Amino acid sequence: MTGVGEKAVTDAAGALPTSTAKPTKTALEGWRLGVTPTLAGLRHYALIPILILAWEIGVRTGWIDGAMLPAPSAILNALVDMSEAGLLWRDVWASIVRVTVGFGLAAVVAISLGLAFGVWPRAAAYLNPLIELIRPISVLAWIPLAILWFGLGDKSAWFIIFLGSFFPIFTNTYLGARSVALIHIRVAQSFGAGRMLFVRQVLFPSSLPYIVAGLRVGLGVGWTCVIAAELIAATSGLGYMIQLARTMIETEKVMAGMVVIGVVGFAMNAAMLWLERKLIPWAQPR
Amino acid sequence: MGDISVLRLSKSFGSEPGSQVLALDDVSIDIPTGQFLCIIGPSGCGKTTLLHAIAGFERPSKGEARIDGRMISGPGPDRIVIFQEYGLYPWLTVAENVEFGLRAKGLNAARRAEIVRHYVNLVRLDGFEDRYPHEISGGMKQRVSIARALAPEPAVVLMDEPFAALDSLTRDVLQEEILRIWSVTGQTFVLITHNVDEAIFLGDRVMVMTARPGRIKAVIDVDIARPRDPAMRTHDPRFLAIKDELAAHLRDEVALAAA
Repeated sequence: MTGVGEKAVTDAAGALPTSTAKPTKTALEGWRLGVTPTLAGLRHYALIPILILAWEIGVRTGWIDGAMLPAPSAILNALVDMSEAGLLWRDVWASIVRVTVGFGLAAVVAISLGLAFGVWPRAAAYLNPLIELIRPISVLAWIPLAILWFGLGDKSAWFIIFLGSFFPIFTNTYLGARSVALIHIRVAQSFGAGRMLFVRQVLFPSSLPYIVAGLRVGLGVGWTCVIAAELIAATSGLGYMIQLARTMIETEKVMAGMVVIGVVGFAMNAAMLWLERKLIPWAQPR
Repeated sequence: MGDISVLRLSKSFGSEPGSQVLALDDVSIDIPTGQFLCIIGPSGCGKTTLLHAIAGFERPSKGEARIDGRMISGPGPDRIVIFQEYGLYPWLTVAENVEFGLRAKGLNAARRAEIVRHYVNLVRLDGFEDRYPHEISGGMKQRVSIARALAPEPAVVLMDEPFAALDSLTRDVLQEEILRIWSVTGQTFVLITHNVDEAIFLGDRVMVMTARPGRIKAVIDVDIARPRDPAMRTHDPRFLAIKDELAAHLRDEVALAAA
C-alpha cells in the first residue's frame, strides 16, 4: 500500500507525469485513491510555512535585520497595497504578455527549425555548429545589442525572451527529430510516404514528447529573461517594478515582486506539466 | 505482379576490408507471383538481411534482387514489410495506422475510409478502430500491422517472424488468418520463421538457410493440398515427413551455429 502511495505522491506534486492508479474495486477505495495522494502531496509543502514562520520570528526578535530582509508580514502588506492600487496587476500582465510574445515566436521558429534539421540532416550538419556557437552566449550579454537594435521597450524584451526560450526548445526538438525509431522510419519508407505525410504523422508526433519538454524549459527560461530585460530595457512589468522599488529603497516591494515572479513561474510550469499529459496520451503507462 | 527474383545476392557488413562479416553468400531464388515462401534457418543466418534486401532497406554487396523484372534499389509500396515488433505508430489510432499507407498513396478521404473499414473487418478488429496501440493486446497489434500492410494492396507482403512475440494460441489463430487472407488476395507472401510447423503449415515452399554466412541449404516443396487443416500438424503423414526432413537440415545448421 505504501508503494502505491509513494508513487501517487510524486504524481500529485507534479514531479513525474505518471499516474499509477490501479483499477478501483469499491467506491471507498476509489475515494481514498483520489484523496490520499492529494493530501500526501500537500505534505511535501510543509517546509514552506515552517520557514516563513521562523523568518517572521527572526525579524521580530531582531535576529534578522528587517531593512536587509523584510519580514514576511511586511512583504504581504506591500503585496496587498500594490494589489489594491492596481499597479501590481498591470505589471504582472505586462510581463506575461511579453513572455507570451517572445516565447510564442521562439516556439514557432525553434520547432520548425528543429524538425527541418531532422528532415535535412545535411543542411543541419552545416548550420548546427553555428547554433552551438551562439547558444552558450548568456542572454544578458545580448541586452546591450538589443537596446541598440530595438531601443528601450517591448521589442527589446521580446528579442531577449525569444533568445532565452529558443535554445531549449530547439535543442529538444532536434534531439526528438533524431530519435525517431528506425522501425517507424522504415514503415514510412516502405509505404512510400511523402515528406509532408512523414513530418505530420511520424516526425512531429514522435518528437512531441521532446518538444513539450523543451517548451516547458523554454517557458521557464523565458520567464527569467523577461525579468532581466525589464530590469534594464523596459518601463513596465515586474522587473521594472522591482528595479523602481530598489531605487526608492522599498525593499519589501522588491521582495513582493520576487514572490509574484516565483508564484507565476511555478504556475506556468504546472500548466506545462498538465499540457504535457494532455498532449501525449500514448506515452501514458500501460 | 509480385514476381521476385533474387540473383547471386551477397551482403557483407562492416566498412573495413579486414573486419567484414559476410551475412549472405550467393543466394539465388525465384518467387513467382502468388506463392507463399517460408524462410527458415538458425539465428544470425541472414534471413532478415535477405528480407530487407527484397524490401529495399539493404543494398546488396554483390548480385541483385528484382521485382517484376525491375531492379530493387530502395523501399517501395509494392513490397510492404510486417515486423515482429509491429512498428505501429503509437500516436495513431488503429484506424489511422491502417490508413497510413492509403494516405501515402494519395487516396481521398472517402476512399480511404472505405478501404480501412474493409481491412479492419478482414482482420476482425471491428469496434477497435479508435483504440491506440497501447490499449490493445499483442495479437491485436499484429492484426493492425497486417491490415495496415495489406490496405494499399502491395504485390508482395514480407513478414519478419510476425508471430514470434505472441503466445502459441494467438499464433495458431493468426497463422490461419494469414492463410485465409493470402488465399483471397493472391499476393506473393514471404515469411521468415524459426518454427518448423509454421513454415510447413503456411508455405508452398520452405527455404532452409545455413548458419553464417547465410546460403541456401535446401528448398523443399510442401506438396500438401489447400485449404490446410490445423490438425494436420499432428496427423498428416506428409506433413510429418516434411517436418523430419526440415528438422534434419536444421539440426546440422543449429549445431554449426552453436559451435
